[in-house]
Amino acid sequence: MNRFLYTWAFVVLFVLAPTAVAKSEVELVVEEPFIELRTGPGRGYPVFYVVEAGEAITVTRRRTEWFEVVAPRGKKGWVHREALELTLDPDGFAIRVEDSSFGSYSNRRFEMGVMDGVFGSADVISVYGAYAITPNISTELAVSQGIGTFADNVFATVNVVHQFFPDKRITPFFTLGGGVLRTSPNATLVEVEDRTDEIAFAGVGLRAYATRRMLLRLEYKTYVIFTSRDDNQEIDEWKAGISFFF
Amino acid sequence: MESRYFFLFLGRRLLLGILLASSLFMGGCSMLQQSASLTADEEVPPVIDPEVERRDIKVPEIDSENFEVGVYGGLISIEDFGTDAVVGVRAAFHATEDFFIEVAYGQSEAGRTSFEELSGAVELLTDEEREFTYYNLSIGYNVLPGEAFFGRKRAFNTALYVIAGVGSTEFAGDDRFTINAGFGYRVIVNDFLALHADVRDHLFDIDLLGEEKTTHNIEYNFGFTIFF
Repeated sequence: MNRFLYTWAFVVLFVLAPTAVAKSEVELVVEEPFIELRTGPGRGYPVFYVVEAGEAITVTRRRTEWFEVVAPRGKKGWVHREALELTLDPDGFAIRVEDSSFGSYSNRRFEMGVMDGVFGSADVISVYGAYAITPNISTELAVSQGIGTFADNVFATVNVVHQFFPDKRITPFFTLGGGVLRTSPNATLVEVEDRTDEIAFAGVGLRAYATRRMLLRLEYKTYVIFTSRDDNQEIDEWKAGISFFF
Repeated sequence: MESRYFFLFLGRRLLLGILLASSLFMGGCSMLQQSASLTADEEVPPVIDPEVERRDIKVPEIDSENFEVGVYGGLISIEDFGTDAVVGVRAAFHATEDFFIEVAYGQSEAGRTSFEELSGAVELLTDEEREFTYYNLSIGYNVLPGEAFFGRKRAFNTALYVIAGVGSTEFAGDDRFTINAGFGYRVIVNDFLALHADVRDHLFDIDLLGEEKTTHNIEYNFGFTIFF
């Protein structure tokens, strides 16, 4: 596990990072009377330079809603997405950059999030990624860890989510899925072997658009664990979390 | 009541009448104009000819750098087990200029308790159980973004952030649900590199010494990240 993580870190730092430096630059022409350059990618940074209409700027990178541009005479600063949309490309075409407001929420494709809650009597932490097949239906892949007094669980699940009102700010959803659950009883109590079981679940929840790319999510799921014993085990789970969409 | 309906009815009829009359009048006028300039078999051009040209819109490919990955190292004070070196990796996604989510994985190795030191031969934990590893998922908020000046010519963008989250710590032979909270300072050195200084408290329950208690395990670390 550790070796894997360090390898991963190595790959990210020395393989991916240099490719990130080789960036694509975009040339634009200011169309409005002027646009303002700020010293940093945030609303509080001071405006230090103004690029006039007709002057060319080069966009080098984007951080959240801010774009780093290089103006004539090498002035480098940050402009907001809304300001950048008031520019034209050299052929005179209007520019539109990917927005992350509520408008883009309804045609989101990918989503990832983290959730926390209770799984039976255990604390549970989940990470999930989702892909929207249609505006209403999406599929999710989640990995969770449950930490309880008597046993710890790790489970991976795949599920399908149906959202009733995908273009509303708050929408209820319904989900069905299944996966595998690995249970490790706590060693201090009894010497028991780890076991892996299949699980299936149904759930309901609420998703609410918060701001920008952010969603809030609340859900309840009821799990059936297909144990090797005589009876299947049933567990309820409540979770709340935050997710981001792309 | 009846008179109200009557007025409504009358009002609507009146409005309809005015509309009809005016359209007839306008139509008549335009026909007059057309007949003056056009012959009968030529096609009638549209009354309104919008001069608004449809604009083509381009979506430029701009490199967005909202992810940050890096490594860190520092010291962690493991309650009852002394202070030890900690190393870790972290990855963050900046969702907005204010919020980011961070995933971190770190490891350390606990020392000996004072009790173990004094008693000599007693060992509370095996070497394997002394390995302290944690992961956490946290949400950060840039409370004080700003600039730091280094000499006369250099300015770096910085942010003081507060961060909190949940995770799991594997220590003393068990996974422990852990809450973390703290703050950090990020200095963006150049186009892709950022330096971090971070203080974090990891809280979890442990029943190793008989009674279950909540422990505070304070970590401070320095590290760097790369934006991509």
